[in-house]
Amino acid sequence: MTDQGTNGQQPDRDAGAGAETGTREALAANLFDLRRIIGGLFLLYGVVLTIVGLNDSEAEITKAAGVHINLIAGGGMLALGGSFITWALLRPLGKQLQEQEAKRDRLLAEQREEGGGAA
Amino acid sequence: MLAAADVRLNTNALDFAILGVYFVVVLGVGFVAKRYIKTSLDYFLSGRSLPAWITGLAFVSANLGATEILGMGANGAQYGVATVNYYWIGAVPAMVFLGLVMMPFYYGARVRSVPEYLLMRFDKRSHLFNSWSFALATVLIAGVNLFALALVLKLLLGWPILLGIVVAAGIVLAYITLGGLSSAIYNEVLQFFVIMAALIPLTIVGLHDAGGWGGLTDKIKDTKLGEAGLHALQGTDPGAVTNPIGATWIGIVFGLGFILSFGYWTTNFAEVQRALSARDLSAGQRTPLIGAYPKLLIPAVVVIPGLIALWKIPHLGGGDADLAYNNAIPLLMNEYLPNGMLGIALTGLMASFMAGVAANVSAFNTVVTTDIVEPYIARDRDDAFYIRVGRYVTVGGIVVAIGTALIASSYQNLMNYLQALFSIFNAPLFATFIIGMFWKRMSPAAGLWGLVAGTTAALVTYVGYKWAGWFTFGSDLDESFWGAGAAFVVDAVVTVAVTLFTPAKPIEELQGLVWGMANEEDPLVAITHDRWWESPKLLGFGAIALGIVLTIIFF
Repeated sequence: MTDQGTNGQQPDRDAGAGAETGTREALAANLFDLRRIIGGLFLLYGVVLTIVGLNDSEAEITKAAGVHINLIAGGGMLALGGSFITWALLRPLGKQLQEQEAKRDRLLAEQREEGGGAA
Repeated sequence: MLAAADVRLNTNALDFAILGVYFVVVLGVGFVAKRYIKTSLDYFLSGRSLPAWITGLAFVSANLGATEILGMGANGAQYGVATVNYYWIGAVPAMVFLGLVMMPFYYGARVRSVPEYLLMRFDKRSHLFNSWSFALATVLIAGVNLFALALVLKLLLGWPILLGIVVAAGIVLAYITLGGLSSAIYNEVLQFFVIMAALIPLTIVGLHDAGGWGGLTDKIKDTKLGEAGLHALQGTDPGAVTNPIGATWIGIVFGLGFILSFGYWTTNFAEVQRALSARDLSAGQRTPLIGAYPKLLIPAVVVIPGLIALWKIPHLGGGDADLAYNNAIPLLMNEYLPNGMLGIALTGLMASFMAGVAANVSAFNTVVTTDIVEPYIARDRDDAFYIRVGRYVTVGGIVVAIGTALIASSYQNLMNYLQALFSIFNAPLFATFIIGMFWKRMSPAAGLWGLVAGTTAALVTYVGYKWAGWFTFGSDLDESFWGAGAAFVVDAVVTVAVTLFTPAKPIEELQGLVWGMANEEDPLVAITHDRWWESPKLLGFGAIALGIVLTIIFF
């Protein structure tokens, strides 16, 4: 494997470092966060279906066996989209990676102390 | 197909706008992903950086293709509750086995593909043989997905088959060439949610209409399926088979649950690739295990609509081609869903087809580039060269898949064709893998000749049944079971025989590749996964237990 390939195995570290300094990469990493993409799409679909559902005619509701399906599905999608966006905002990618690194470093330090520097 | 106009979806501009937004997002993901592709490892394995929940959902989604949604919905209408055997017996145990037993070898050896494991465990000959046979199998399967999509476009929108095939191919091509595997995997996760958003409301409306589950079971008893359509394993005793699938429990447990299922889930690179792209071994192991939970529940939104369709759509499964079992789910969508939800349903159908094609194409370009071009055709080139080759191979693969879609179009039943492909390509591979992983003595020569003999055995069974008339079986599905069995047994026998007469590989070259010599994960990586819900054993045995409970409930 080439040198580039070996470096490529740790893109998470790069992303973590980027998030720390608030660089363009960190912004892009958050933009590319799948949770935001799923959340955004479902919020949009949820809004559209809710509006359509509120204006559904009697015939359309009868077609769906009396279930206000556009309204129910719209509400469900708003809830799903909302929870993905909330998750992504509460735990941004960069922060997660930093926490993981910190935990690893702390455990590594503990291990060193126990093993008398052998680790 | 004169009656095609009758079942065409009543779509309007709103539905197409919903579908359009989805394509913009899918292509957008590919475009953004492109900016992150710096090395060939990024392109082919997503830089091995994805968290387990993402790869886990992609693992299921890669399998949620055309044949899954249409095929299993069709099976639900044709065989009833017994279809769940394809999930609880025929998928979950194999997924757990992949996660708990096989992933440490795949991931620990740092292989980039399934064939590459053969290169390290055996030698170049079995590697090359499997790389080519995999490439062939994958474009054949991608063709099935393209054709199935074209079929639905024709039925629902009135597009000619060839136009449908080309349009579908173009969309998949665009986002994979742009983003590589990250794009395919990210879109698969998106697809998972869109597919569910299409199927869950359909099931809710249908069940409401039927008067809940109790109302539906009463109605099913009055259909041609009758009481037998409401049980998973009842009536499968040898000699007294009344189960609609027509198989004994021995055939279901061993044929489907062991050989076909383990062959597919543990050696099909389109699946395994998702687990290989996880962040670390623990995440790699958890990929199929996390995927097992949605897999346990998917029958609720695929098999139940099939049952609803059997009751709701008169003459389903009769002589009319438009009312074939394969169309159960699209017909039901048309029956129940108003504009708006109909657009979501159409989007979900399109998403499922693209998930299937994209999984196959991204596996295909990885194997052709890293297993055929890099080691044998153009060695020691810079990384940019291999990324470029990967993109060209993707284009080539899609063009070939358009051709194989035309082959698929000559088959009456896509599921039978697909099962035959699995029996030929996956069943022998599983035999070779399982013996090679657990028997250190197995020689490199046996790796090659076992595969050749096993593949030939399945091929002879298929050709002998389908064209030459040498064998007769109960049905096409029955043939794929016996073909897979023959491949497995012949492969195993030849493997043992050849090993006894050829030299083994030196034991020191097998580190990380065989049972008892697995590479230990970096303890510091393992330490960051010490929360109880991250235990692979707990996840794996939990999935099996849930599968057993569900099977008993629906026995």
